[in-house]
Amino acid sequence: MIWAVALAIGVVVTAGTYLALSRDLLRCLIGLAVLGNGINLLLFTAGRLGSRVPPIIAEQETTLQNAANALPQALTLTAIVISFALLCFSLVLAVRLVQVAGSDDVTMLRSAEPPATDAVKPALEDVP
Amino acid sequence: MILAILPLLVPLTTALLCVIAQSSARLQRAISFCGSFVLLVCAMVLIWRVNLQDTVTLTAGNWPLPFGIEMTADRLGSALVLIAAVMVMITVLWQASDADIAPSTPGLHPLLHGLAAGACAAFLAADLFNLYVWFEVALICSLGLLVQGGALRQLDAALKYFAMNLIGTLLLLTAVALLYAATGQLNFTAIGAAARLDTPLMLPLIGLLVLAFLIKAASFPFFAWLPASYHTLPGPVLALFSALLSKIGICALIRTLGSTFQPTPELLFTMLGWIALLSMLSGVLGAAYHWDMRRILAFHSISQIGYMLLAIALASRAGNAAAIFFALHHSLVKAGLFLAAALIYRQTGHYDLRRIGGLYTAKPFLAVLFLLFALALVGIPPLSGFWGKYLIVSESLIQGEYLWAGVALFVGALTFYSMLKIWLEAFWKPHPDHNWQPPVATRLTPAYASVGILALLTLWMGLFPEQIVIFVTNAAISLRGVSP
Repeated sequence: MIWAVALAIGVVVTAGTYLALSRDLLRCLIGLAVLGNGINLLLFTAGRLGSRVPPIIAEQETTLQNAANALPQALTLTAIVISFALLCFSLVLAVRLVQVAGSDDVTMLRSAEPPATDAVKPALEDVP
Repeated sequence: MILAILPLLVPLTTALLCVIAQSSARLQRAISFCGSFVLLVCAMVLIWRVNLQDTVTLTAGNWPLPFGIEMTADRLGSALVLIAAVMVMITVLWQASDADIAPSTPGLHPLLHGLAAGACAAFLAADLFNLYVWFEVALICSLGLLVQGGALRQLDAALKYFAMNLIGTLLLLTAVALLYAATGQLNFTAIGAAARLDTPLMLPLIGLLVLAFLIKAASFPFFAWLPASYHTLPGPVLALFSALLSKIGICALIRTLGSTFQPTPELLFTMLGWIALLSMLSGVLGAAYHWDMRRILAFHSISQIGYMLLAIALASRAGNAAAIFFALHHSLVKAGLFLAAALIYRQTGHYDLRRIGGLYTAKPFLAVLFLLFALALVGIPPLSGFWGKYLIVSESLIQGEYLWAGVALFVGALTFYSMLKIWLEAFWKPHPDHNWQPPVATRLTPAYASVGILALLTLWMGLFPEQIVIFVTNAAISLRGVSP
């Protein structure tokens, strides 16, 4: 079982990395989101797979017997919420950026750092 | 004790109140000012208590450690919280002037306090996953601040900032997951106790954690997000960013390498030292190319981060103390430089040095202020930068790292070149347009007041460094769990 999950994490992270390296802005952001989900899977498996027993101490006992680890599940849930919020923000940002810049090719988005025209001095920018 | 969590609760509450009051800009500013004042008082009380009793700890929900989520204010954390509180206060005070020409948006004040909450909580977190969460809070608030203007270059900068920082975040989360899998703990103290540092597995795991913090601290070769985004921000927000964001990464690095994992593998420190050298050099050389004041100062941030990393890489008590001293000095001085640059922009309408000049005759007081911060950054005695660099260089010489000390001094000389370039071009040379006059009707008293506070703090740190050196030495001692 752990090998199947490890393989799945590998595939998801590979797919995410491939997409994140794309020149298309939306693909790049989706890639980062997929990559994040791969990491979330890793976080989930950090608590070991195996048991499906809920972590509740039975009556007349003081210790847990062979229960699933609940902590990584809580951590994964938090990480999912955070990555979902960041994904939403990045998609809105991308839509706005494509509208204003008129291009979704990331190599064309150079307005914050215009390409150098001169080897000695940077170009004079019009914006203050 | 509740005091350990107040630096997080106060800005969060202020942010919420600011959101509620967003229909009235005046009310929002009043709430924001009160909130930052309360935060400053909390930070002062906290540092006073920490100085008396070493640490102030809060464990959430009365769970026994290591199961409860712990917030611990030690000397390092509480000093950085105090700096954060001072910076928020100064940024909010600045908003009362008309120095910021960009129209103020209702999102500005909530996001400022949100960033402060994220940063303060990251300084105080004693739990790896909690640290990750507060990193994210600071990240999303800084993204919100980046896109406030809505111009194309700001959106573009926000995208690059987002992509690079998200990679750092994902690496951090990976490191957290793998360290949890290897040790079964998340609390710093518990991880340190459970980590089997003699096994070969721990080196790559700690290395991954350090890598994530290096991306957040904007060191070589991961600094691309910093010069891509900083120059699109308005002056006061830029000062807050430069004082807080990279310090979160530095604080986390000092904690992991100086306190949690003992003894940390020697290889990590050697690599960190070389990364520090390359950060110092690449930052200062990048600054030499640029003519936009904000870009020059942003590149200098990278080079100054290099000094802090060098101090951490020295891996001794004196090295850690030097890193903390330098972080405190850099927060104040770099913020002061960015604010002074924003004042120059208010007077001349440009950040590019080729379009401005003649300010020495028009505004001599501003010239003196800028020179003070510039010389403090270079490290001219008796200003604060001198003591920071003295601590770092003398500790490198004691450890026999002559190359590291030499590069640190050489980078100081190059820093002097950049600072001199700004001062000569903006103040000394005549304005390229002979008919230029500084604007007459300005309301700049609050802006000058906030820069003046920073200048006084820098002067105090430079003229009376003994107290602070004793404080940071005690901070470095207590990092290792020993009471000074």
